[in-house]
Amino acid sequence: MINLSDAFQALADPTRRAILARLSRGDATATELAKPFALAQPTISQHLKVLTEAGLIVRSVDGTRRPCRLAREGIEAVDQWLGALRDALDANYDRLDAVLAEITQQPEEKNP
Amino acid sequence: MSKLTLTTEGDRNIVIKRRFAAPPEAVYRAHIEPALIQAWMLGPDGWTMPKCVSDPRPGGQIRYEWSDGKGHGFHLTGEFIELSPFHRIVHVERMHLPDPTPDNHVETTFEADGAGTLMTVRMTLPDADVRSKMLATGMEHGMEVSYSRLDGVASR
Repeated sequence: MINLSDAFQALADPTRRAILARLSRGDATATELAKPFALAQPTISQHLKVLTEAGLIVRSVDGTRRPCRLAREGIEAVDQWLGALRDALDANYDRLDAVLAEITQQPEEKNP
Repeated sequence: MSKLTLTTEGDRNIVIKRRFAAPPEAVYRAHIEPALIQAWMLGPDGWTMPKCVSDPRPGGQIRYEWSDGKGHGFHLTGEFIELSPFHRIVHVERMHLPDPTPDNHVETTFEADGAGTLMTVRMTLPDADVRSKMLATGMEHGMEVSYSRLDGVASR
């Protein structure tokens, strides 16, 4: 079970979001990820550590490579959570639509 | 289907946009008049807002109390900072769960958009950590905000 607070904290950083966006196009090693971002290896390692601990990526062992990939479970948990929040917010604003229809139509109701 | 978008900006802002068919005056009123607020700002199914205090002037108090009718509830308090009828509301708010959450600074603008309104809610949290916790715990009561997509990340 991922910790959503850790996940959102991890997502708050633009470099980490860019790393996730890159990984959504395919697995990559730390070295491969460091290049486009012009980041020093320790910096990228720190970002990968945060993402791993947040449950958003996993690192596997492939011979001498240790490629990173998106952790489907973690990403889906965040997505589902956000979907639920979105539904809750939509429900409120749908109710507001109805309230607005009522208060804006009242003056016209005298002349149907 | 949804007309709502949400984006995060920087590391401590959240921006929600939503269009309404009604003109700005009506949408603005629905955000400051207690009887109207109680009709829509309800959160999860089955919850109501038995008490709503809204004193729309600078320094005026805000207090919303929600209940599930089964003995559970929580409340929000806040203060208005600036009001420009029917265009802009600035206020701060915090949830009491029961300990108060850090202040959420909220600017809500209402712009005419054809015959309707484009509403923009811009929240500013004290820091990235607070914003993360707020999203993770359901944006206060799970109705303040939602997310569109994680910039193409979550959808793959």
